[in-house]
Amino acid sequence: MKYEEAIERYDPVLGIEVHVELGTATKMFDAAPNSFGGGANENTTPVSLGLPGALPVVNEKGVEYAIRIGLALGCEIAQSCRFARKNYFYPDNPKNFQTSQFDEPIAANGGIDVELEDGQLVHVPIERAHMEEDAGKNTHVGGAGGRIHGADHSLVDYNRAGVPLVEIVTHPIEGTGRRAPEVAAAYVRTLRDIFKALGVSEAKMEQGNVRADINVSLRDSPDAPLGTRTETKNVNSFRSIERAVRFEIARQATLLAAGESILQETRHFHEDTGETSSGRVKSDADDYRYFPEPDLVPVEPAREWVEEIRASLPELPAARRRRLIGEWGITELEMRDVINAGLLDPVEETVKLGASPAAARKWWTGEVARRAKQDERDPEDLVSPAQIAELAGLVEAGRLNDKLARQVLDGTISGEGSPAEVMAARGLEIVQDDGALEAAVDQAIADNPDVVEKIRGGKQQAIGALIGPIMKATRGQADAGRARELILARLG
Amino acid sequence: MPEQSAITSEEVAHLAQLARIAMDDEELAALAGDLNHILGNVARVAEVATDDVPATSHPIALRNVMRPDTVGETLTAEQALSNAPADDEGKFLVPQILGEE
Repeated sequence: MKYEEAIERYDPVLGIEVHVELGTATKMFDAAPNSFGGGANENTTPVSLGLPGALPVVNEKGVEYAIRIGLALGCEIAQSCRFARKNYFYPDNPKNFQTSQFDEPIAANGGIDVELEDGQLVHVPIERAHMEEDAGKNTHVGGAGGRIHGADHSLVDYNRAGVPLVEIVTHPIEGTGRRAPEVAAAYVRTLRDIFKALGVSEAKMEQGNVRADINVSLRDSPDAPLGTRTETKNVNSFRSIERAVRFEIARQATLLAAGESILQETRHFHEDTGETSSGRVKSDADDYRYFPEPDLVPVEPAREWVEEIRASLPELPAARRRRLIGEWGITELEMRDVINAGLLDPVEETVKLGASPAAARKWWTGEVARRAKQDERDPEDLVSPAQIAELAGLVEAGRLNDKLARQVLDGTISGEGSPAEVMAARGLEIVQDDGALEAAVDQAIADNPDVVEKIRGGKQQAIGALIGPIMKATRGQADAGRARELILARLG
Repeated sequence: MPEQSAITSEEVAHLAQLARIAMDDEELAALAGDLNHILGNVARVAEVATDDVPATSHPIALRNVMRPDTVGETLTAEQALSNAPADDEGKFLVPQILGEE
């Protein structure tokens, strides 16, 4: 069944679990560095290897970051919470349990507003955010394509074992209708932006700092009880999230329409085909036998500490967007263009340095973005906000027009110096000396009697036909406004 | 307090499977017996607990034991691997993972 038909017939409900790796210096329960890139198994201690007798101690920064996340997501911070052992056997987990939180998460009962492409806001209710640790990394050797099936053996690197994670779990997200795929992607994107703004994680999707598990179920109507859900694990890009939800809705609808039932299972998303495939059926293996972690004492964040953290929260992305839309006097659509181009930071910085919002936006999203794309570089590596502000200032002062300013920008990008220096060195400043301009104006009038006739006849827009030759004569350095004044003075 | 229901061999078999421990029927029956004996002793604690005693997971009155986020001493890769039955490329080598995705 096609998605369009599926969404006509059924009501989708989403549930999303997001894991974020915290950017602490050390692991959650031991002092091994939380860093990658070195050799395998170099960042371990007896705790992260789960050696007998090793005692974990909670990383205070990890707790602080978890509280920051909880507060930013509108959650209540627990007066008291504790850790629990989630028991499962898998070689990436050296202790045979993951230290997590079960019945007492550090944060609960929150929610955020997620903004879709067209500006529509969707509220996503958040059940909880809890602290836990990451697992090590398995590499499957032998077999095809590194997949588990057919592997001869696995190699395990425990550098990541014990890295602090916060897992954020939504309540069922209802009422999204056909926009479910968009809502899922926008929600994870919003979380990613919040993590970055909070400074709690590098939050790079492509590096697995942020990982999403997407639950999807269908029901006949919004009044019907929830249907059986599937959980698509570790979907790691916004686009993949959207595609996975879309695929799952169509797949489940096909089964339901044929009178079949949905198997409660985990599924895997495949980038190449855009499809999900069956993973593991939920079964006895999900009996994690949670119990309170006896080696870690309860965490009772002092209310003063929580309030201190709350007071230190930065402006969150949604609030910042609303503020800047107001301050800059732009539309939602224009704001999205800036955000989608990843240029909000430099544009805001450029405005702070004195450029008009219109000019700052125009240069960054226009010429700079074009050059960056052409050179396959990061726009902010090409020029600085200070340089764009200076360039905009020269245009504002009438010393450069747009065309000349682009040449100046080219010089600055090529490392010839600041815009003012390039302007001086290349001799690009607009001719302010009316002598040269007047000569060009007179020449243009003399050369174009037919145009002059029209202007005299009241057709002011014909002036444009004279500006061209004047610009040419002055090598583009004439001030078009001043030229216009001179023409009118001559012919008026 | 309700009577502690007895642990059956089937329940022990389920736990053994979760814990990936191979046990034969004789061992399962013996362990069920041992566990029931232990639970019987533990159940006596329940007789002492009254409604005004809250459940606790941590009998020692310690809270908020935390450490600063400062890197400390780590094991070398060689030390980390020193107890491993097998290793390769500086990593722990484990058998093929069966019956799992």
